[in-house]
Amino acid sequence: MGLTSAARVRRTLSGEEPDRVPWFLLVTLHGARELGLSIREYFSKPEHVVEGQLRMRARYRHDCLYGFFFAALEAQAFGSDVLWFDDGPPNAGRPVASSHEQILGLAPPRVADHRGLCDVLVALEGMKRAAAGEVPVIGVIMSPFSLPIMQLGFERYLDVLLEHREAFLHLMRVNEEFCVEWGNAQLAAGADVLVYFDPVASSTITPRALYVETGFEVARRTLARLKGPVATHFASGRCLGVLDDVLKTGTPAIGVGSLEDLAAVKAACAGRATVVGNLNGIEMRHWSDAEAEAAVRAAIAQGAPGGRFVLSDQHGEIPFQVPERVLMAVSDAVHRFGRYPIEQSPPSP
Amino acid sequence: MDPSALRYDFEHALLAMNRDEARRLLARVPGPPLAAIEALIVPSLARLGEGWERGQIALAQIYMGGRICEELVDTLLGSSQNERYGRPRMAIATIEDHHQLGKRIVSSALRGSGFQLIDYGVGTVDSIAARAVSDGIEILLLSALMLRSALRIRDVRTRLADRPIRVVVGGAPFIFDHALSREVGADAMATNAFHAVEVVRSLSQGSLPQGSLPQGAPWV
Repeated sequence: MGLTSAARVRRTLSGEEPDRVPWFLLVTLHGARELGLSIREYFSKPEHVVEGQLRMRARYRHDCLYGFFFAALEAQAFGSDVLWFDDGPPNAGRPVASSHEQILGLAPPRVADHRGLCDVLVALEGMKRAAAGEVPVIGVIMSPFSLPIMQLGFERYLDVLLEHREAFLHLMRVNEEFCVEWGNAQLAAGADVLVYFDPVASSTITPRALYVETGFEVARRTLARLKGPVATHFASGRCLGVLDDVLKTGTPAIGVGSLEDLAAVKAACAGRATVVGNLNGIEMRHWSDAEAEAAVRAAIAQGAPGGRFVLSDQHGEIPFQVPERVLMAVSDAVHRFGRYPIEQSPPSP
Repeated sequence: MDPSALRYDFEHALLAMNRDEARRLLARVPGPPLAAIEALIVPSLARLGEGWERGQIALAQIYMGGRICEELVDTLLGSSQNERYGRPRMAIATIEDHHQLGKRIVSSALRGSGFQLIDYGVGTVDSIAARAVSDGIEILLLSALMLRSALRIRDVRTRLADRPIRVVVGGAPFIFDHALSREVGADAMATNAFHAVEVVRSLSQGSLPQGSLPQGAPWV
């Protein structure tokens, strides 16, 4: 009898090697296909999402339940439209603020006032009940430093970040208040851990000196007020350049993108944090079974020795276009090659 | 001043987002405006793009560097379109995706290199294809952040199948999956905004820079 998923994850987080590599299949949309629903119908009831997550885990035998609906939900709480598609995650519509005055007029919405956010909390409660303490339930928050991509549009946000410090500081105050309430509500509803999505913090987007002056301080303040563990994810962005800074926020885990050297990130974390990643979800759409196996084995070889590693994708969300066949091939490879002690020989080409 | 030293200083001014210093350095290049652009701006932007691909330069610096160059070129060339490269006729768009930073940076890179192009903003497959035809576009640049938006480029390509319009793609999904540009039927892929300038030049001369031609592309 193996460990429960929760025990497996706890063991790797503590720097021990569990029975096998834990793996988080972060699917948000495949449950809709499983239930025969459109993506919009799927997210219209939290019960659908709970059922979708449970069915996905039963099929792919991974080690978490993922309470994330879609990122645009937070922008919607601030007044943005949500654009629905049949074949991808909902998008935020036009930005809610662009002028200096509009930004200074933003105020944090209340979680209880937004139906979509409340649906997420209901879904987390349902997942928590179903997990019965044996499976980690994951909640998600957008970093206050990254949410403005949707609130203002990326271009306008960079203008504000780089050239309008008063508006930036106001925006961060507003977003921090919202983020803390939203994160703590998810923890109270049943999330065992939060993922703090912060792509703007990545050195792909922001130079380190600017991050240290801005997003780092935002993260440090925000994480200190959240009443549970908070992993940091850069949503495919590079993190090595700011890793030492990010770890000072107290985050216990780092989500790594596929452009990054997984072994280098693992070495740089040096027992200070768990590494989560970094299968390429975009390429995954057309992987053969052999390619899926090779990718899993390569990631495991780089990240798994010594524990503090969770196999997952690079982005924190598997694209809807990834077929079930590939997800099954990845699952089979994890269960076959992820057993500790890890075989050190690299996969054959 | 040694041209390579001037370029070095100019690149550093862009990375530091120092408009005044960049303007001062550009003013030291002798000759007509387009020559100054070719001598200083184009190679500097290309190097910034390469630095971003290697993970050494951040997107915020790329964005601001491109914007500064666009402003400098606007000042150099004024509002007159006659001084800019009139060909190829180009437009840029995103498909059903409000993430427009990539499009903005590519626009800045091309305008900052002396080209003209039309910005279609956010459009649908039908609206972008129809407008490209009616405007007599020769090169259509399509930028995508979301995978589903990138995949819709295939439908634009289909709509334009019998038209002499070349489609250049770019954006995160294409960086993470190099087979994607071929999958959507693109004529070329730009790996960064400044590479797009090189791709456009090569397309208009009938050749492509290394790495930009999807394998099995239907032409060239």
